[in-house]
Amino acid sequence: MPRKSAIPALVVALVVALVALHAVLLFAGFFAPYDPAVQDRDLPYAPPTRVHFIDASGFHLRPFVYAWTSAVQGDDAETYKEDRSRSYPIHFFVSGPSYRLIGLFATDRHLFGVAQPAKIFLFGSDGFGRDEFSRILFGGQISVAAGLAATLIALLAGTVLGIIAGYCGRWVDESLMGVTELFLSLPWLYFLLGVRAFLPLHLSTLRTFFLLTGVIGLIGWARPARLVRGIVLSARNRNYVLAARGFGGSHLYLLRRHILPETFGLLLTQAALLVPRYIAAEVTLSFFGLGVNEPTPSWGNMLSTLQQYSVLVSYGWLLAPAGALVVTSVLYGYLADLFHSRLKSS
Amino acid sequence: MSFIVRRLARSALLLFGVSILCFLFTEMAPGSFFDEMRLNPQISPETIANLRTHYGLDQPLVVRYERWLKSALRGDLGISIAYNSPVTPLLWSRAKNTLLLTTTALLLTWIISVPLGVWAASRRGGLLDRLITLASAFLISVPELVLAVALLAVAVRWGILRTGGMISADFESLSMWAKLQDVISHLVLPVCILVLAETAVIVRHVRASVLETLQSPYVQAARGFGISRTRLLFRHVLPVAANPAISLLGFSLAGLLSGSLMVEVVCGWPGLGPLILEATLSRDLYLVIGGIMLSALFMVMGNLVADMLLSALDPRIRGNEDKAEAEQGLHAA
Repeated sequence: MPRKSAIPALVVALVVALVALHAVLLFAGFFAPYDPAVQDRDLPYAPPTRVHFIDASGFHLRPFVYAWTSAVQGDDAETYKEDRSRSYPIHFFVSGPSYRLIGLFATDRHLFGVAQPAKIFLFGSDGFGRDEFSRILFGGQISVAAGLAATLIALLAGTVLGIIAGYCGRWVDESLMGVTELFLSLPWLYFLLGVRAFLPLHLSTLRTFFLLTGVIGLIGWARPARLVRGIVLSARNRNYVLAARGFGGSHLYLLRRHILPETFGLLLTQAALLVPRYIAAEVTLSFFGLGVNEPTPSWGNMLSTLQQYSVLVSYGWLLAPAGALVVTSVLYGYLADLFHSRLKSS
Repeated sequence: MSFIVRRLARSALLLFGVSILCFLFTEMAPGSFFDEMRLNPQISPETIANLRTHYGLDQPLVVRYERWLKSALRGDLGISIAYNSPVTPLLWSRAKNTLLLTTTALLLTWIISVPLGVWAASRRGGLLDRLITLASAFLISVPELVLAVALLAVAVRWGILRTGGMISADFESLSMWAKLQDVISHLVLPVCILVLAETAVIVRHVRASVLETLQSPYVQAARGFGISRTRLLFRHVLPVAANPAISLLGFSLAGLLSGSLMVEVVCGWPGLGPLILEATLSRDLYLVIGGIMLSALFMVMGNLVADMLLSALDPRIRGNEDKAEAEQGLHAA
């Protein structure tokens, strides 16, 4: 019996991590202890809550936190002290603010939480006293979904146009490739800002989302189109395709049965490559104030408060969305490398 | 020679195409610069209508494009509505700073990444090679915005580098030499960010290219003749390996320009970036189009330089343009 080729542990770990990341973002309402838009005016720029196991009476299996109390000494920076008089144990599967799971089922169950009036800010709070951790999860929903949707648009448009160019040949090919050259001759960020400049600035979140993904996808279709065209060009003249054609296979049949499958490997690689890039594009636009608007969180508009040097210096935990972005990008980067080496070796 | 002429003609055609594309996009624009004014009760609708006529925004697309093209040929690139002056001088005063930033970063990137790539390839599998490969794989994944913000945070917190703008407040009172020092000290942080991001990409390609060349029979032969390792690498391998790397030049310029826009905004460098961003936010149509055109011009010129370098280094290209293009397409992938 032939042995199955073992899947390297690293690959398994990568896939598990990617699935976990997306699951956490998808079920953000459950994993986040607070509502991302609810403000706590008493706790602006609160540092990350420390999770304790040991107090005066010894070690506890159940971790607990202390409440932050304001201890303003200087005039500008908020300073906090832990109020050690009372500890608040962390409970799991608690009821908290109600939300809709995946936008469908109304519930108020959260993975963890502490009793009022204490708050558990795993990554601190922002200038409005909103929980940074909850905002990262909900913001990630928007940023990652934007990356995925924009990738889908770019790859769909790229595949369709690439196949048309490669399969039709002649003047169709030449004119389409001329247009891709136009799109590729512009630095993407200039192009992105330019196209964004011609579209309305302030819109509802949903419309902004569709607009952003549309714009990013519109700019990105050119490279996949070129790559797909190359593959179609070589596939078109393979002997088995010519034979199928000779037996009377229709154009649609040839494309569907013989030519489209050839592009799958490339499309997978491109997808893994483009998703993090397009997430970064959304983040950049929102960072510049051209994307998702407050109070809806996105990794980009969360980072944009850091444009003030004073915030950047004093409240380092607000860099957390950047960390989330890096983790996502690195995971996708490894996935792309993996697909790429597979594609090369086959 | 005809190769260069053909390339030039192609570039001009490309710029023309980009300008048409820009104007097609303006057709989609539902709002305009005057929307904010319309909300202001102190400005009468007639004034706004007059202004629109003044800037020619009430004309159909074709007429606007024709006017813009004439103005572009005169060297104005249209009128900025926010500044009420021709676009070109506005852009040029900022483009100088962007060019200073990007060319410094480009030079440093190549100076650093070519030896590093060659070195890594020559000691394939060694500790240094693995370190470089890992670091570049990581840096490629990290978005440039994150890199910029993180480095800025480090610089601001420890106060090791000058941040904010391009010159100090007392710049005018400084001597010539001190002025130069001042600008350079402000240049360090943005250049560092750009070089870090770009080097990661270029090192990878140089390394792969050198590795491939090292496998060819003539290198084996040269090794057999007892040519020293350094001489072999830099005299015999690098010129051949440089070929695909140079066609990357245009590609890396695209990354550098986009990166520089971001870095300029984050670091407050008074280049094209903040100007274009501001124009985008205030919907200053012709300024945005001018910015896009200028960036396209930089790209086209970068590609031209790469082509000329290639045709100077590689006689095969001069005769066979299609092959050069095929190669470029391959590397752009």
